[in-house]
Amino acid sequence: MAGKTLYDKLWDHHLVKEREDGSSIIYIDRQLLHEVTSPQAFEGLRLAKRNPWRLDANLATPDHNVPTTDRSEGVEGIVDNVSRIQVQTLDDNCDEFGVLEFKMNDQRQGIVHVVGPEQGATLPGMTVVCGDSHTSTHGAFGALAHGIGTSEVEHVLATQTLIQKKMKNMLVRVNGAVKDGITGKDIVLAIIGEIGTAGGTGYAIEFGGEAIANLSMEGRMTVCNMAIEAGARAGMIAVDQATIDYVEGRTFAPKGAQWELALENWANLHSDDDAEFDKVIDIDGSKILPQVTWGTSPEMVLPIDANIPNPESESDPVKRESIERALEYMDLKAGMPIKDIKLDSIFIGSCTNSRIEDMRAAAQVVKGKKIASTISQAMVVPGSGLIKAQAESEGLDKIFIDAGLEWREPGCSMCLAMNADKLEPGKHCAATSNRNFEGRQGFGGRTHLVSPAMAAAAAIAGHFVDIREIEVSSGIES
Amino acid sequence: MKKFTELNGIVAPLDRANVDTDMIIPKQFLKSIKRTGFGQNLFDELRYLDEGQADQSCEGRPINEEFVLNQSRYQGSSILIARQNFGCGSSREHAPWALDDYGFRCVIAPSFADIFFNNCFKNGLLPIILSEEIVDKLFTDTFKNDGYQITIDLASQTITSPSGDSISFDIDAFRKHCLLNGLDEIGVTLESVADIKVYEDKRRKEAPWLFDAIKP
Repeated sequence: MAGKTLYDKLWDHHLVKEREDGSSIIYIDRQLLHEVTSPQAFEGLRLAKRNPWRLDANLATPDHNVPTTDRSEGVEGIVDNVSRIQVQTLDDNCDEFGVLEFKMNDQRQGIVHVVGPEQGATLPGMTVVCGDSHTSTHGAFGALAHGIGTSEVEHVLATQTLIQKKMKNMLVRVNGAVKDGITGKDIVLAIIGEIGTAGGTGYAIEFGGEAIANLSMEGRMTVCNMAIEAGARAGMIAVDQATIDYVEGRTFAPKGAQWELALENWANLHSDDDAEFDKVIDIDGSKILPQVTWGTSPEMVLPIDANIPNPESESDPVKRESIERALEYMDLKAGMPIKDIKLDSIFIGSCTNSRIEDMRAAAQVVKGKKIASTISQAMVVPGSGLIKAQAESEGLDKIFIDAGLEWREPGCSMCLAMNADKLEPGKHCAATSNRNFEGRQGFGGRTHLVSPAMAAAAAIAGHFVDIREIEVSSGIES
Repeated sequence: MKKFTELNGIVAPLDRANVDTDMIIPKQFLKSIKRTGFGQNLFDELRYLDEGQADQSCEGRPINEEFVLNQSRYQGSSILIARQNFGCGSSREHAPWALDDYGFRCVIAPSFADIFFNNCFKNGLLPIILSEEIVDKLFTDTFKNDGYQITIDLASQTITSPSGDSISFDIDAFRKHCLLNGLDEIGVTLESVADIKVYEDKRRKEAPWLFDAIKP
């Protein structure tokens, strides 16, 4: 009999019951909650007079609607009425039901997918869910993690389980070492470019190979975060020493004898050598160049030295029309070099790239320089209050401010512009976030997804440049 | 949950691939803490020419006359057809809530994004996957015939055209059962409380660090 994949093992560990109709009840170890997708779930519990099954399985923090500017007036100071009500509703629901919440002005507040791992609330071998598609992030810890809708948030609150059908197994192997300057973001964008936004639909993707093993936990989280942009609800990476080192000592991580027991348990969290995958994709890591999206879907991505595609050379009529529509929306011409795309706005942040390593990578590029005069908006938004404090203790905030970038309070910010941070119509933004859909960062806004270093380099030059040709400041820990 | 048994309705053709959830319901409307009222903002950026605001009436907003749902022949439609990878992007259940609130009961496409597909079933909305060829023919028939209607029968898993042609579709047995009977899934799961407790006790022994670390 063939061995098991990491996903097979995680599935088997959490299987409560297989039902006759082919669906299964799967136990959920951790649920993360935020203000946007939870109010209707709590309301559902109230209406049905149900209580949460296990309070200690949940952790909440507001992130999508919170202001990234002055917060001294607390929730009452949120200017947008509907945003304020939504944040207040999360506070009220967590207080009423007794769910632990890091409220807006708690230093531990931040983007859920940054906070979970940072606190050790995300651990290897867990099932982790959240009403947010980027929950795949937590798979970086050898966990089964995926986004769910609000009805399922309520289902998990009420039953600690989900009704699931097992997904298929896909292995994406990034072989060989990547070139200097290539990050987890470039790797995952290259993967999406290769398999497409629906390439992973119906699959749980395991990322493996030398290039993935060489990544830090921050880089691995970036890769798993964007599994959903390849259509896969769940992305995951085997547990190794880097995983253990990251987790050890964190607030909710096991300690003492339990830590030893956990280590024994986690040693098995990798695919067996003879495991069989339904699909295997091999990518040559040494050939990956810095990536830039030019269109309105994450699969519309190219290396920095490429030119924007010509729809006329696309034979599939549906794809051709998508390219034409994207070029029109983005106001770009076929054949134009990616390097000639001029930027108006820079956004460094989001659950994809707002961790300390991302802050350092961007700071290294802008240190001692000034952003281009043509850049009208440039902001750095750390992923949590603790990352903000860490970055400030390293002097990164001053580097950004001296270079002309704004240093903000933590939250989702202009990744999806539910708070006041918006990309203006028609403007081009180099963003370290995860989606370049029409209107995603603001009505009529034009998003280009890149790594933090690429966004920082674009801020200085005013257009895209190859990060490998840029002199990077030393003296910042990395 | 609302039952889904049989549906006869006008078909509206949304001739696009990769229709994402930001397109279905833009983020500013996710600030509502209710499950209803999203229909007026379904496809907001395609339907209207201005930027929609949360908590704003849509009366008097400039309409994009070219957008398919604004054309008179598709008024009152309850079945939406689209191209591959419909519903990609976020996990927002506001997407099926908006489709349902607008009046759609069924979406037909060659493929759907996983989370969106799953969310539909929680809301009495039926997503049907058909081959590219069949979807293509549905587009042709819908464009050709004003007020084109089809009949969907969930029990027999068939779609019948006005000429009487019938095609069948697949659906997962549990989801079909829940839709046909309008079942509350939480209620169904809670019938297995004993199994969940047995599992949980075992898990607590094997992996005690997963319990009680977070103190509410």
